[in-house]
Amino acid sequence: MGELGVFIILALVTLIPAVVVVTSHNIVRAALSLVPSFLGVTGLYILLQAEFVAGIQVLIYVGAITVLLLFVIMLTEGGTGVRLRQVNEQVPLGAMAAVWLAFVIIVILTRTVWPIGAGSPPPYNAVAIGNAFMTDYVLIFEATSLVLLVSLIGAIVTARGEE
Amino acid sequence: MSWALELLKAIGLTLVIFTFLAVVTAMIGVYAERKIAGWIQARLGPKHVGPQGLLQTIADTVKLLQKEHITPRRADVLMFNAAPVVVAVAALLDWVVIPFGTLGSRVLVVRDINIGVLYFSAMASITVLGILTAGWSSNNKYALLGGLRSAAQLISYELPLALGIIWAAMVAGTLSTVGIVEAQIQQGGWFLFTLPPPIGRLGAPFGILAAVTFLVAATAEVNRVPFDLPEAESELVAGYFVEYTGMRFALFQLGEYGEMFGMAALAVIMFLGGWAEPHLAPYLWVAVALGAVVLAAVILLTARHSLIIRPVLILAVLTAAVSLLMSVGIHLPSIVWFLLKLFTLVFFLMWVRWTYPRLRLDQLLNLSWKVLLPLGLLNLLATGLILTLGGR
Amino acid sequence: MLAESAIISASMPKVLLDWFYVAVFAVVGTLMAVLPLAVVWVLAPRQDSPQKTTTYESGVLPFGQAWAQFNVRYYLFALIFVVFDVEVIYLYPWAVVFRQLGPVAFVEMLAFLLILLIGLVYAWRKGALEWV
Repeated sequence: MGELGVFIILALVTLIPAVVVVTSHNIVRAALSLVPSFLGVTGLYILLQAEFVAGIQVLIYVGAITVLLLFVIMLTEGGTGVRLRQVNEQVPLGAMAAVWLAFVIIVILTRTVWPIGAGSPPPYNAVAIGNAFMTDYVLIFEATSLVLLVSLIGAIVTARGEE
Repeated sequence: MSWALELLKAIGLTLVIFTFLAVVTAMIGVYAERKIAGWIQARLGPKHVGPQGLLQTIADTVKLLQKEHITPRRADVLMFNAAPVVVAVAALLDWVVIPFGTLGSRVLVVRDINIGVLYFSAMASITVLGILTAGWSSNNKYALLGGLRSAAQLISYELPLALGIIWAAMVAGTLSTVGIVEAQIQQGGWFLFTLPPPIGRLGAPFGILAAVTFLVAATAEVNRVPFDLPEAESELVAGYFVEYTGMRFALFQLGEYGEMFGMAALAVIMFLGGWAEPHLAPYLWVAVALGAVVLAAVILLTARHSLIIRPVLILAVLTAAVSLLMSVGIHLPSIVWFLLKLFTLVFFLMWVRWTYPRLRLDQLLNLSWKVLLPLGLLNLLATGLILTLGGR
Repeated sequence: MLAESAIISASMPKVLLDWFYVAVFAVVGTLMAVLPLAVVWVLAPRQDSPQKTTTYESGVLPFGQAWAQFNVRYYLFALIFVVFDVEVIYLYPWAVVFRQLGPVAFVEMLAFLLILLIGLVYAWRKGALEWV
């Protein structure tokens, strides 16, 4: 019962700033509204007892990606905030598409039978993840380093290519 | 029903930690910094307010509380006000995972979170956002520039910081702060000097390298000299908090001091054995006491300024007293050991601050990316190799 | 194994209780941080004048064009930081299980780190790590 209440609060903390991100006129405020949204997701992870994932969510999303976004925004303006135009001619079409998509998602969510796994989450999340990486999912783990390398090289090439 | 009990306990512990931080870091820490700065610069530091100037910080706080809050024109008010709070709260949240000692069989920590040190690292990364917001919302080009440079510095040093933490977590086999201290107790030596048996003392270079990496990165994370270019008084007129007056400014400083003490506390936990008392034979303790007295005598006889007589005497007496107690077999409570180590480390950090000149921004970033990051990674690999080869 | 500092209530797993404390800490901490600001709001004078609210600058500086050229290095640093931050979060679980799993885990991480060290060397050689 308490868990449902906490879930609702966390969902609101995630969704309301997300709406602000999408609709705000002030681009810096929009970017900063991501932070409570990410923190809401962190809370949801904790509710699922995935604390390691929650920790890295804060570390990466709040600590790195938001900073990256803010760098880009603050460096391409250098002054007053740009006021974004929020509506254009395609609003009716967009609204119809959004409503249809919402309908489809709600139908799927309510009609699927969600299987609940047996047992409880591992008591020490990081150990379980580490074991999984090193044994069952080694290939994916190594492939991840390749993906990171490629993205690093790509980013450098793209950014420096302007010289 | 247990909800309410836990809630009360949580609030109570928060207030205890907050009081500790307010008294130790704000009052004593600021006073100590100014006194030590004075001695290093051959002057006295605060002396007038209260006995020996001890009430100086209280006087300053009272003064700041009634300074006007000026908000610059066209500053984004919400962000401008939120930024110092974010920085202060991030520093405060660090302390949830710091264990202070043991009382019987209970560990004195707010919560021993399973991912303790990862949580600490995450809190350190939240500070960056507060600083960026402060720089931007001041609507001031100097502040923005200072904020951006500070953010660049902070993110560059987060990596060596994390590498130092991961080194300790690897040797201990756990991310929990209490677990790391207990691992050091179990192996009978600090991670700074010893690795688990059978490697023992041979692992000292790796421990020292990891500790140095962590401490350098921690100094940079707190924007302290030699890494305080973003707030350099002579260059950017206090950088990202130039537009902040009165108590808001004080909140930034409190955040910085709280974070510095927090980093030092984590270093004590990861490398200096936390609350564990050093294991030395009684005769060694007597030797330490004698050595302290001899060293103090030498310093006093060769001192050029009479300023340092009193602090040197106090330190010598303290060291001798502690060592003699240990040699007789009277054990000090673990929290005393933790605080002793913490204050010693903070003293070293302050010593460094007033000794070294400031690094230029490109020197600073080079140090992080080209020296500390590769060294940290290689240290991890080397220690991993040794631990693998050395068996359990 | 570890000494507990609080009673684990039967209805809540330790994990949730841990983070409940963190949440309370955050809320109370924010109140504690806001408290002095509230005191100032009560005590301090408030006289706005045009001189006081003017942005602090030593003079008028034209910044318009100068910014565009300096963008890239901040952005590059943040990008490279993101990539290495993701790498670091792979190191955390490895560090925790490393000693239980033996040499295999070491070799796997060695491969992972070598690939990323190649990336660091590339960034270094391409001058992406230079500030000037």
